[in-house]
Amino acid sequence: MSKFAKKKDGEVPAVSTASLPDIVFMLLFFFMTVTVMKDSSLKVENVLPNASEVKKLEKKDRVIYIYVGKPTKEYEKLFGSEPKIQLNDKLSSPSEVGDYILMERAKKPQELQNVLTTALKVDKNASMGLISDIKQELRKVNALKVNYTTYEGDAFNNLQ
Amino acid sequence: MARRAGAPEVSAGSMADIAFLLLIFFLVTTTIETDAGLDRMLPPIEPPDTDVVIKQKNIFQVNINKNGQLLADEELIELKDLREKAKAFLDNGGDGTCSYCQGRKNAESSDNPSKAIISLKNDRETKYSTYITVQNELVGAYNDLRNREAQRLYNKNFVDMEAEYLNPETDDDVKEELKEKVKRIQDLFPQKLSEAETSSD
Repeated sequence: MSKFAKKKDGEVPAVSTASLPDIVFMLLFFFMTVTVMKDSSLKVENVLPNASEVKKLEKKDRVIYIYVGKPTKEYEKLFGSEPKIQLNDKLSSPSEVGDYILMERAKKPQELQNVLTTALKVDKNASMGLISDIKQELRKVNALKVNYTTYEGDAFNNLQ
Repeated sequence: MARRAGAPEVSAGSMADIAFLLLIFFLVTTTIETDAGLDRMLPPIEPPDTDVVIKQKNIFQVNINKNGQLLADEELIELKDLREKAKAFLDNGGDGTCSYCQGRKNAESSDNPSKAIISLKNDRETKYSTYITVQNELVGAYNDLRNREAQRLYNKNFVDMEAEYLNPETDDDVKEELKEKVKRIQDLFPQKLSEAETSSD
């Protein structure tokens, strides 16, 4: 009879799952390439404000991070509820910022030491007093390039 | 049929499970970093050797108090009006040397964009989010003006040109070409945003 009518009736052939690993590996590689390992766990609340005129921070090796915010619940007993500065893994006072920057700068390769950016990741409820102190410290160690890290969004959402 | 040549096939059925395990591991240990923000330069700590005399009319003073209220050029204004006000100030071109300015040429306001300075002052108790919003608006004012000029000269947005220039994936030849254009636009409206030290009272 016809060449195309050879199927057994009623039986659906099993779907081959042989390519499933390939698909999953593809997903895996995608996530491996787009994500970065967390280098320090946050001990402060860190909800960044929004801004629309942002520039991307390319080249992660040229960035030093400073986190500012209220200590999280577990650390509240130890450090109080006033906003604090987190450098690497510990909460510190503004006077330690300078030393931290110098230390981090010394760790970077020679040719990058002059082009470093300090990324300030500040919680939106922090007050400017602390930020001014940090800025003053940064000026003392000549780390003048700063980036106020924000989320991309409408800046007027900050005011609510 | 007896198998003689070749080892029996290894089942690949569990491969997916292994890969899923790895996938889930990477999903939970990593975060997609938010690494965008407002770039700013802090002023150097040593004051310049020579005292620069700046005319009062070339300074656009912005004050934020601890309640988040805004004083721009001795006028209490709303945050949403700040961008327009800053643009009007920068684009004024009072002395007539600026050929591309479209402002009102008010003699009481700034002479030309290269002399116009925006000075931002805040209280110690100002909220950071308010400060960022103000910074954003001021940077936005510069970007708007630069976009306008870039559109006029190159039919492109300045922000896009700069982003392409800073993108590490852009080719070197393209970069070289963009560098000049970006520099030219930046010189038309140089970003002079001074951040005074915070007042404590």
